[in-house]
Amino acid sequence: MNLLLTLAVGLLLQLQPTDDVPKGYQGTFAITNARIETVANGTIERGTVVIRGDRIEAVGPDVAVPAGAEVIDGTGMTVYPGMIDSGTHLGLAEIGAVDETNDYREVGDLNPQMEALTAVNPNSVLIPVTRVSGVTTVIAEPSGGLFPGVAALINLVGYTPEQMHAGGVRLMVLEFPTTGRRGFFDRRSDEEIEKAAEKALKKLNDIWDRAVLYAKIDSAYHAAKNPPRKPEHVPEMEALLPVVRGEMPLMIKVNREKDILNAIEWVKERGLKNVVFSEVAEGWRVADKLAEAGIPCLVGPVLSIPTRDSDRYDKAYANAGLMQQAGVKVALRTGEAENVRNLPFNAGFAAAYGMGREEALRAVTLNAAEIFGIAGDYGSIEPGKKANLFVADGDPFEPKTQVHHVFIDGFRIPMTNRQIELYREFLHRDEGRLQPVEVRPASN
Amino acid sequence: MKKPAFFLGFALLMATAVTAQPQTGSVLIKNATVLTVTNGTLENTDVLVRDGKIARIGQGLSAPGGVEVVDATGKYVMPGIIDAHAHIALSAVNEATDPVTAMVTMEDVVNPYHIGIYRALAGGVTTSHLMHGSANVIGGQNETIKHRWGYTNPDDLRFEGAPRTIKFALGENPTRVHGNRGGGSGKAKVPATRMGVEAVLRDAFEQGLRYKEAWERYEAERRRNPRAVPPPYDLRLETLADILRGDILVHCHSYRADEILMLLRVLKDYGIEKVTFQHANEAFKVAPELAAFGAYASVFSDWWSYKFEVYYSTAYNAAILTRNGVVTSVNSDSGELNRHLYHEAAKSQRYGGLTDDEALALITINPARQLGIDDRVGSIEVGKDADLVVFDGHPLSVYAIPVMTFVDGVRYFDRERDPDDIRLHVDPEAAVDASRFVTDEDWHALEATAGWLFQF
Repeated sequence: MNLLLTLAVGLLLQLQPTDDVPKGYQGTFAITNARIETVANGTIERGTVVIRGDRIEAVGPDVAVPAGAEVIDGTGMTVYPGMIDSGTHLGLAEIGAVDETNDYREVGDLNPQMEALTAVNPNSVLIPVTRVSGVTTVIAEPSGGLFPGVAALINLVGYTPEQMHAGGVRLMVLEFPTTGRRGFFDRRSDEEIEKAAEKALKKLNDIWDRAVLYAKIDSAYHAAKNPPRKPEHVPEMEALLPVVRGEMPLMIKVNREKDILNAIEWVKERGLKNVVFSEVAEGWRVADKLAEAGIPCLVGPVLSIPTRDSDRYDKAYANAGLMQQAGVKVALRTGEAENVRNLPFNAGFAAAYGMGREEALRAVTLNAAEIFGIAGDYGSIEPGKKANLFVADGDPFEPKTQVHHVFIDGFRIPMTNRQIELYREFLHRDEGRLQPVEVRPASN
Repeated sequence: MKKPAFFLGFALLMATAVTAQPQTGSVLIKNATVLTVTNGTLENTDVLVRDGKIARIGQGLSAPGGVEVVDATGKYVMPGIIDAHAHIALSAVNEATDPVTAMVTMEDVVNPYHIGIYRALAGGVTTSHLMHGSANVIGGQNETIKHRWGYTNPDDLRFEGAPRTIKFALGENPTRVHGNRGGGSGKAKVPATRMGVEAVLRDAFEQGLRYKEAWERYEAERRRNPRAVPPPYDLRLETLADILRGDILVHCHSYRADEILMLLRVLKDYGIEKVTFQHANEAFKVAPELAAFGAYASVFSDWWSYKFEVYYSTAYNAAILTRNGVVTSVNSDSGELNRHLYHEAAKSQRYGGLTDDEALALITINPARQLGIDDRVGSIEVGKDADLVVFDGHPLSVYAIPVMTFVDGVRYFDRERDPDDIRLHVDPEAAVDASRFVTDEDWHALEATAGWLFQF
């Protein structure tokens, strides 16, 4: 009994919280003797990156280490810009099948006033699991219906959504009406499908016309010298104001060939300039049209099956590359929540099936930053930019490569998470712990 | 439909009609880096295949008359990849009507026209274990197939001689389907908890045991009395009796460590020795117990958090299990992952630093052992089936592309000769298949009606 008591007390002592909970921290850092893939200005074979506060201070082969800097020896390592996933549910979803933990889908079709940033959970267990891969920044997007809300770009560090918000990037999401059959389970007749498509498109156009009218009224009200009374407040229309005025980008989610063409037409008819397409699974079929329209595309997931049985087996892998080669500006997205860490592998497959490694790296770094209008701060290793970067012992798209250091917003990120802690605990479970118990028949 | 696809299908159809046996082939693969899996890596090596079997492995081999030579200089050859958990090429998955449905079998629902077979080949996968779903504690029997694309008789896809296997399922899925846990409209029945799952298992085994004993008594009596009356035949109980006889391998959908231990206890009570835990996201927590029992684990590379019972997962699962001596495979459970299992296996190098051979074993010899077919496939050895894949780079590299896939020495996939449209059958009335565009609403609608969703 005494022995048991001692054991129990011993276990309790082990469970006491300690001071050494790993936390990220800012400071002055120098990563020395490293290969540096700047993405913007080629590769430096041996050089130093200096980080001070939230910024990269200096980059180059002959950069001096500032006094008092924490030095990270990068011998045999390469420094890369933090990867950006251009479409995820990260922060908005915790456990797929548990509805209470998912905050990306509001009730109804028209929800442009919903802000993804509001529902981002900075303490999601998924975030530390993601960022040790070198993915530092993601689009957290709402989905479903027609206008599901406003997506936000977030850095994967911070205690509040505001701290996480990257470059102030917000995009209005539009799930473009789909015109075709949804799959084998869709038993509607062709006429029914066509009618439903017309109805959905008409609904979108009606909403848009209302938003345009609302914007006119709003402008007139603000221009009037003696405004009579405030116009009626319509939250949905209010939220669409900056989009109608071209101040907020519109992220149009569209996949099917015919829908992409419709969306291009729709954008043209309305004279919209600030538009990006997202997902774009059949983009390769109309890549030249997309290039001609000059609409950048957030493409993916790359690791997916072709959209049609009649397609060549590798079309999903090749899609992003085919679009890029046709002249479309492409960034990549996983559409994931818990496995956003697979972004580098999506990029690797895109690279292997035609895009090439260099373009694939751009598609998860600088291209994304340029599309979101934050290339002055993100997407490459350059002095003055945000210190979002990581250090790996090889090509980050290769599964064998280990990522050793990650910096986000200048914070040196603890290279651990629950999955790594479980590994450390259970790799050799019985060492210094309870001995394995033989499985006995329950009847004994 | 394009001509090459049609021609291939037609040619194979004719072959079927004439020989009534799936075709075998002969080929000499020259100058490859051969990843044998069981005997290390052989540089600049040739593999000679004769009549569907690996005949010789060595250097400077020459091709017998009429045997085609494939120059694989700079390329890699590995054993055909084996997926221990797939649902491709099936027209039904879940008989979700009772907690025990041992009498049904996937053999009856193999769909040789399913494009997933060809996509698997293009990913270097030559064998899939087609599993029943996870709605029932004891589900249906599974079917092991070879990806012989072009044959339209389901029997021609069978991995002839592969042991019978059966699907079990623990945890959230059977308790949700039958116990209405988490809502539901039907009449709830046991199991609604993990306690109930064990009770259902024990009850089923007791019934099977009585059935088996009744038949044994009858067989004994028949020798003395030719007019002895046999017990009533019952396919469900007969299958349970076969499990108790050790004639069927158990493949059990499971996630949590506690339920894995529960099944080990139950199996021990009934003297059942062969079990593979499928998914088994928490197997790493009880790796020493699994190793001691001799139980196997077939896991995902990195899937987690799609439901509550996989929230406490780690992508290091395969590495922890391997390091603890558990025979472990990485499976797909998905028509998408199925075609890049080599990449899924490679993730065990990022998450746990497995060696190349250990990582490759996860998708070759280990799943072969779990399916009881390791005497036939899973490594490159003389005498084994010539199920082989040629990659243009090391298969554990993200940049490697499978360029040729052989089953029984027949080249079913060749990236150089790969037509855009490879379908075997085109239904002019069929809609464009575009199930990737399923929306949230569609999923909810499907969930309400479709039992096949309960795969994970």
